[in-house]
Amino acid sequence: MAHWFGRSRTITHFLKTKIISSSYRSLAGDGSGKACGIFREKSAVIPAFRRSESARAGDLVEAVTYSDDDDDENQGLEFPGGRVTFTPQMKFIAESTDNRVPCYRVLDNNGCPIPGSTFDQVDKETAVKMYRKMVTLQIMDTIFYEAQRQGRLSFYLTSTGEEAINIATAAALTPDDILFTQYREPGILLWRGFTLEEFANQCFGTKDGHGKGRQMPIHYGSKEHNFFTVSSPIATQLPQAAGAAYSLKMANKEACVVAFTGDGGTSEGDFHAGLNFAAVMEAPVMFICRNNGWAISTPISDQFRSDGVVVKGQAYGIRSIRVDGNDTLAVYSAVRAAREMVITEQKPMLVEFLTYRVGHHSTSDDSTKYRSSNEIEQWKTGRSPISRFRKWVERNGWWSDEEETELRKDARKQVLNAIQVADKTEKPSLEDLFTDVYDSPPSNLVEQEKSLRETIKRHHQDFPSDVPI
Amino acid sequence: MLKNLRRAVGAIPFMRNPALASRSYSVSVKQMMVREALNSALDEEMSADPTVFLMGEEVGEYQGAYKAGFTGLGVGAAYYGLKPVIEFMTFNFAMQGVDHIINSAAKTNYMSSGNINVPIVFRGPNGPAAGVGAQHSQCYASWYGAIPGLKVVSPYSSEDARGLLKAAIRDPDPVVFLENELLYGESFPVSKQVLDSDFTIPIGKAKIEKEGNDVSIVSFSRMVGFSLKAAEILAKDGIDAEVINLRSIRPLDRSTVNASVRKTNRLVTVEEGFPQHGVGAEICASVVSDSFGYLDAPVERIAGADVPMPYAANLEIIALPQVDDIVRAAKRACYRSVPLSATR
Repeated sequence: MAHWFGRSRTITHFLKTKIISSSYRSLAGDGSGKACGIFREKSAVIPAFRRSESARAGDLVEAVTYSDDDDDENQGLEFPGGRVTFTPQMKFIAESTDNRVPCYRVLDNNGCPIPGSTFDQVDKETAVKMYRKMVTLQIMDTIFYEAQRQGRLSFYLTSTGEEAINIATAAALTPDDILFTQYREPGILLWRGFTLEEFANQCFGTKDGHGKGRQMPIHYGSKEHNFFTVSSPIATQLPQAAGAAYSLKMANKEACVVAFTGDGGTSEGDFHAGLNFAAVMEAPVMFICRNNGWAISTPISDQFRSDGVVVKGQAYGIRSIRVDGNDTLAVYSAVRAAREMVITEQKPMLVEFLTYRVGHHSTSDDSTKYRSSNEIEQWKTGRSPISRFRKWVERNGWWSDEEETELRKDARKQVLNAIQVADKTEKPSLEDLFTDVYDSPPSNLVEQEKSLRETIKRHHQDFPSDVPI
Repeated sequence: MLKNLRRAVGAIPFMRNPALASRSYSVSVKQMMVREALNSALDEEMSADPTVFLMGEEVGEYQGAYKAGFTGLGVGAAYYGLKPVIEFMTFNFAMQGVDHIINSAAKTNYMSSGNINVPIVFRGPNGPAAGVGAQHSQCYASWYGAIPGLKVVSPYSSEDARGLLKAAIRDPDPVVFLENELLYGESFPVSKQVLDSDFTIPIGKAKIEKEGNDVSIVSFSRMVGFSLKAAEILAKDGIDAEVINLRSIRPLDRSTVNASVRKTNRLVTVEEGFPQHGVGAEICASVVSDSFGYLDAPVERIAGADVPMPYAANLEIIALPQVDDIVRAAKRACYRSVPLSATR
């Protein structure tokens, strides 16, 4: 091997580092430190090798750091991507730690602030508004779900158990922040002023709905409320959100993009693409993961083997936090803090809300087929975010039983009314079949509409009466 | 892409291709390569409108193959008011982001009831190149051509490339722009009008490259060149072919094609893509449905072989339409040679 040292310095260095590490093992056997000395070109200093007392042949010996300062390429190296320091210890990073990332929480199960907790103070007006909206959301979900069961709607999905995430996040944002949701976040629209009538009109596909009857229920969208239309394919909104945030950054607005996904969505390729791009582009987007334990029938143990979603942030160079998603005040404070960081530092954040999906995935699912009703009941009654927050609000003297009864009665009445009205409202007219395919109607569709109308005129009695012309 | 995007934060159009250093489209130049045509169009549109920006694989400075990522990103940026031009190294790679092209771009204006429009352009080489094998050679014209909400164009000449790309960038709808790698280096004459910075070609209109009376040969992209060569050969045999360059796959210029068939009474379609459910199938359907009585012969469809593209050079040639194939098909349509089915 000696003749190799005549070559270029870089090779020599390479050989030094390679050979030295492997020769530790052989040196342990023969006890001579001389072999290492030969390799060093510049200095005559021979590094001292100490063997630990109980060393046996083949054990790694403890090495002393080199005393030659010039040669710090032996300490570390500027690889593409940055400088790393070397270690002679072969150490694997464990796949999991004994202690999982702790979960930020402010209110205990009885709605009492945990001593020493840091959180944003919420005034009476905001707190009461949040509480009212959480209850309204729950009632809206219950009644719409029933309407689907009765055959009045084709489909629905609820946010039951996740009311705190919905409402407290919305309350912590400003109306300028742009939402790219998955589908279990209608509470944000509710907070921003979308009316129960508007929800009903979209679900029933009426002419007054925002969707012109084009979307299935719960696929809400509202330009006015900065809420991008819900899109069914999972996680596609994540790279879209990064792109929109990039646009926002160029526009220099004091606002951010907020993108939601569930635990299941983190297994999609778009999760990787969205987060990675956002980090590299330094896009002002807050990624929120509602880790509610179930992706339709897939439990967390079949979804990933990482410590939830919060640890994935670091993999992308994104700051992250884990929050108790059923704690209204924790959600509120965390989102406010994250938003501040996203906007001032102009970089993405990842927030993981731990929660539980109390309802079935949707009306097309019966979750008792894959989980126990006991488990569902425990979360539904024992850990409801609404009850927990109610206790805190009441303790502050801001809410009473009478107001509770009245709120529930009113909300129920309003929702039922909205449904009744929407059910009877006219469906979109014929022209809405043909518009918006493109910015301006293409000639083939213009022709087809004309031809259709002529046919309708000729055979009026055969044309369905519930389609306005 | 990272560097380019950082620079873009200052709202400066950020793709500067070194090829543009030689701006050869001054007044006196009459020949232009397709590559130059595309680059000049991109450069002019970015200069005129700061919301137009480029993103893609190996764009600008050789960065990154993250198709699903930047396809979704581009759509998101378009949602919020920018005009992205997303480049794919080839449309074969776009398959990894096709959900975004279809479900995030094409359908969004409709599904959002006109609230979210997506003025995005997806461009890149489409179809076979030379010796790149099955996963790099597919033609996607008919796949994208089937989708309502998308516009799909495929240029042949430099004039087409410039005019259609400018039109695509200015169009408020999502446009799939199918180029051809082997055409990049071909030169075509360009008039002064073509060189004007506001030159656009309407999407949805075909061009009659050569007028004729005996048979209509309809194709797009590289096959237009082959069809023109075939027309020269046919002329020697006394067959006066009309060659139509579709330019747009969606909307398809059915009226030009039908008008031509009503004149010639015979039709040959040519494409490099797979035969089943191809562009030729749609043209055939249109003509049979609208001009049945005018056809004097069955429609001849020429397409790539119904196999994944082989790699070996000799096999690749026989897997793709060649000039001779077009000549033979035209002759069959003119009853100058025996129909294929009669030889079995």
